[in-house]
Parts: sequence; structure tokens; C-alpha cells
Amino acid sequence: MPAIAIRAFTATSALGRGNAAHAAALRTRRGGLRRNDFGPTPLPTWIGRVDGVEDAPLPSALSRWECRNNRLAWIALQHDGVQTALEAVVARHGVDRVALVVGTSTSSIGASEEAYSRAQEDETGTRRFPDDLARPIVHTPHSLGDFLQHATGLRGPCITVATACSSSAKVFAQAARMIEAGLVDAALVGGVDTLCGSVLFGFNALGLVSSAPCRPFDAARDGLSLGEAGGFAVLERAGPADTGLQLRGYGESSDAHHMSAPHPEGLGATLAMRAALDRAAIAPDAVGYLNLHGTSTPANDSVEARAVDALFPASLHASSTKGWTGHTLGAAGIVESVIALLALETGVLPGILESSVRDPACGPQIRFDNAEADIGFAMNNSFGFGGNNCSLVFGKVAA
Amino acid sequence: MSAAVQDGLTATIAGVGFWTDGLPDWPSARAFAIDGTRPDAAPARPSPQLLAPNERRRAPGSVAVALEVALAACRDAGIAPETLPSVFASTHGDLGITDYMCETLATDATAISPTRFHNSVHNAAAGYWTIGTGCTEATTALSAFDATFAQGLLEALMQLATGAPAVLLVAYDTASSGLLGTVTHSEGLLGAALVLVRDGGGPRLSARLGDGAELAPPGPLQAHAANNAMVQMLPLFDALASGAARTLLRAGPHRLLSLELAHD
Repeated sequence: MPAIAIRAFTATSALGRGNAAHAAALRTRRGGLRRNDFGPTPLPTWIGRVDGVEDAPLPSALSRWECRNNRLAWIALQHDGVQTALEAVVARHGVDRVALVVGTSTSSIGASEEAYSRAQEDETGTRRFPDDLARPIVHTPHSLGDFLQHATGLRGPCITVATACSSSAKVFAQAARMIEAGLVDAALVGGVDTLCGSVLFGFNALGLVSSAPCRPFDAARDGLSLGEAGGFAVLERAGPADTGLQLRGYGESSDAHHMSAPHPEGLGATLAMRAALDRAAIAPDAVGYLNLHGTSTPANDSVEARAVDALFPASLHASSTKGWTGHTLGAAGIVESVIALLALETGVLPGILESSVRDPACGPQIRFDNAEADIGFAMNNSFGFGGNNCSLVFGKVAA
Repeated sequence: MSAAVQDGLTATIAGVGFWTDGLPDWPSARAFAIDGTRPDAAPARPSPQLLAPNERRRAPGSVAVALEVALAACRDAGIAPETLPSVFASTHGDLGITDYMCETLATDATAISPTRFHNSVHNAAAGYWTIGTGCTEATTALSAFDATFAQGLLEALMQLATGAPAVLLVAYDTASSGLLGTVTHSEGLLGAALVLVRDGGGPRLSARLGDGAELAPPGPLQAHAANNAMVQMLPLFDALASGAARTLLRAGPHRLLSLELAHD
């Protein structure tokens, strides 16, 4: 595929707001997880919560989209020059030629949950949403895309991708196709997911939530820590003289195995990683850092480790950063892409937090300690329910 | 700009699948659109043969209708399902499951059913499809409110334009229920699927994204399923049934996807 320039990128998570907060936390191995204090009856688990969302209402002109998820989208959009880069691509190509493709797993279902818990009977005895939540747009998956379309004024194609935990990785692939086909010249991509009852109690019902901070690839790992996050990137067709960070490849696949368990041989993961390398036209040994999906559930990590070991040489530095942020579900793709981009930019290759005893299933690629190296390519894996997989390859072109 | 867009985005429709209340397949929907004929007996619910009998009964409505139309479109095209990348488009996903999740969380959060939870993801139908067909090709699930079908069609056309020889597009919405139904209105089950190919026989479709908000008066299929959230796709299916040369789909606020159709 043709290279696609990344004009700006940003993430907001439990580690803080913007790239500097993320780079510092990764470098100093300071995690963002805390004991669960979300909702009226918190499960005994640890979460990656973004501070201050409750105190940051949307600007009044956007109050129709008010909810925790859109608030976090708005907060994340304010950092690292994303708006400036967006204005520049709009100035170059026109507002109709910039797409908006964002990913989420639950969008603003937290607002629907709240509406149910605060429902009241009207004069006819019919249960109704409270007036402040009787806004249909916040009770549908496209709440996120619709909010951002109105917040940014973009008029190109506008889509919310909802493939569970691969959502905001797949937005890079979808936007890349639009740019390659000539439908648009640039795109705002990203993803946002916020903590809500559905995911906390849903993953708990599946027995996948740990009562302690998650320990990806540790022999004694016993489940995930849920988190919330938002992030964005501005993509534009790269010119021949372009330097800097680029999207170089993507690979998408299906496990064809089970709704909530990975393929035991990592079939889909392998297909996605191979396709991303093929599109980037690079060999596995060219990749300097791989951000793993690495949820810290017993099944996911061993399957992913085996797939990575079968495809990559021992020299690869691969890690899961979910011990820093928690599993941010539909936002994991963008947040962990930002971490891969920071690895390219800063040379800091994160290890794994909290984990101490290696699972024997781990190959030499899985690194618990941080390292430093100047690398040319970084990769990100994001895998979701339904066996939905996406791998991305990012590259750096020196000036 | 690439040649693909100068010429409009194009595809051939190799196969069609369709299901809605009272019109359980594309031939009956087409006959209804042409002369108002209704089938003598229509099943109350789709029964996708892809699922094992016990799964078929338990599958959420969204999964049942999506799998039914997807399989029908592949059969119509004569293309093996497991070879096709796919795009699943739904405005709201399964509204009954969303109602269940919210209601259960408001009453006894720890009673959430794990199966209902994993069926609550927007890509549940896409997941069951790839599992049922043994398909390891890419699949996606997307939403764009009342522009969901147009944006799903655009993504399918993008996949063709960037290398896929064929792609499956599936669109569906379910009925709203419970408290959520007081703000989000959708009635019945409606689903349709297209197998789109770059080359081959069948109606030729060409698409262009532009400004505008005015749609043509509703055709017979659009009038029949007027209260389902996926009614937004029916201008295309009315046009396919009647042999119309062009139609328009809502593609976002003040945006339309203009479709030209060349029939065999």
C-alpha cells in the first residue's frame, strides 16, 4: 500500500492527557491503575480511570452529545496539535475530502445505563428516561462519530467502527483504503471507550476480570484490568519527499473460532500480523517494537506469545502495556498505536508492568523490562470478540 | 486523484439476500415491489441454516437475520462464503440485548449473562458469520446512524477499489423494546445482503458522494418496512427491483450517496 503520513497523534488515558504524560509514565514505569472506584457498587478489581472527566462538561454548543464517552473524546482531541493538523489538512484539501473514522466498543452506553437506573414513571404510568437523558443520539453506537463530526465540522465519510477491542486499530485500515482509492486525501482516525457497567459486569460474568492489577504474560496472571481512554491521529496521503512517522501496513483477519475465546493456535493473529508485514513490504526482523494485545487473560496471552514466537526472531522487543493503562477495549487500538508511535519517536521500548514470573509459553520476544533502541518500524496488535483481529505497522522516515 | 474515483466507485452486484417481516427472501420482496404480490405464508423469524438447530432458536434476532441474508446472497452469487471479506452495517445493533443489559445492570448487575454480554458487541453477527462459515477473511462492523448503509456500502466499494475481488455487505436492524424503545424507535426485523464483485455478470452499480438531503418518494419496499432503522437502505433495493437507473441514499448530515445502476 502507499505510505500514509501521520501528521499528529495523541492519547488520553489513566496515564494522563497527551503524549508527554504517556512517554514519561512509560519511561519511568509509573502505572495508572487504581482500585475500582467506578459506579455505585464497584467490583473488587483495578481500573484505569481518566481523572476529571466528571468535571469537564462539553461546551454548551455540543451539549446535545453530553455523556462520559463524548466528554473523553473532547478532552483527548485538545492535545498534541491534533486540531492544528486537522485545520491544515482541511485547508489543503477541503472539508469534503477529509474522512472521520473512529472506533469504540460501547460508545455512550454508559448514558443508557444511567437512564435506566434513573427512569421514572410519567403521568400515564409509563417508565421514561429522565429528561436530561432523553436524547436518542447518545443511545446509539454512532454517538461518538456523530459527536466528532459536529465538533470538527468534517464533511467527508463519517463512520463509527465497532468490532469490540480491535475497533480503533481497524480505523487506520479503513481510512487508508479511502486515501488509497482516492475518495479522500486525509482522515481523522481514533477511538474512545469509557468505563461503564456493561463492560465491568460483562467481563466479570465471563470470569475474565482480575481482582489485582493485571499481569500480562506472567505465569500467575488471572485476568484483565479494565480501563478507559481516547486518542486520535491525523492521516494524510504521503508525498515522495515526506519524512516523519507513517502508517505503512495493516492486516485484518478473523479467527473463525469462538465469540469470546481466541483461536488456540493463534490462526487469526498470525494471519493479521503476516498481512500487515506483507502490505508494509518488510520482513519480520525489520520490526523493532511490537505492542501486543496482551490482555492478561490466561488464554489470550499464551496464544499470542506462541503466534509471535512463530513469526518473529528472538531479537524482537514485544510487550503489553495494559499494566499501565488497563485494557481500554475499543480505544486499545489507538492508545497502543500511540505507544508504538512514541517508541519510534523516542526510542523507549516499554516492557511490562507488574509481571515478574514469565509464563513458559512466552518466547524470547516478550520483554518485561524497558529497553532503548533507535527503531525503524513498530507494530501494534489489537484483537477483539468475535475473533476480530487487526495488526498495524508504523514506520519512520528520517529527514 | 486516482482513476477509481474519477470514474465513480463501481461494483457489480453478483448476489442479493433479503429478509423482512412478510417478505422472507429477495424473490418475494422483488415480486412485492413490482406488483404488490405477497407470499402466501411467511415465517415469523429467519432460520439461518448456518447455525446448528439449537443455536438457530437461541440466536438474537440481529444474528438470525444477518446470517440468513448473508447466506442467501452468497448462494445467489454462487460464491463460497468463506472466501469473502465482509462488512456488517447496523444502525443500533441488537436493541433487545441493549435493553436487557441496561435493565439487568439497573436491577442486579452481577446477574448479567455471559452469553448475552458477548452477544451485545456490535460485531456479534459478523463473529457468528465468520465462525459459522469458517471464514478467516477480514470482517468489520460499523454504524453511522441513518447513514449506516451508505457508509457500509462505501467501505465495501473501498475494499474492491484497493484489491479485493469480491466483498459481502450485510445490513440489518432489529426492533426496539423496553425502556430504550421510548427514545429509539425501530420495528420488526429487516436485513439485506449484497455480494459485490469487481467484474462479472449482474447489475452494475456506480456511487458518488455529494451534497444534498432530498430523497425520492419512498418505493414499495421502503413503505413496507418504513419503521425499521435500516429503512435507509431500501431506496437501493426498490431501485434494484424496479430496474431504476438511479437512486439516492442518505450518507450523513446534508450528504447523499448518489447511485447509478445499469441493469442486465
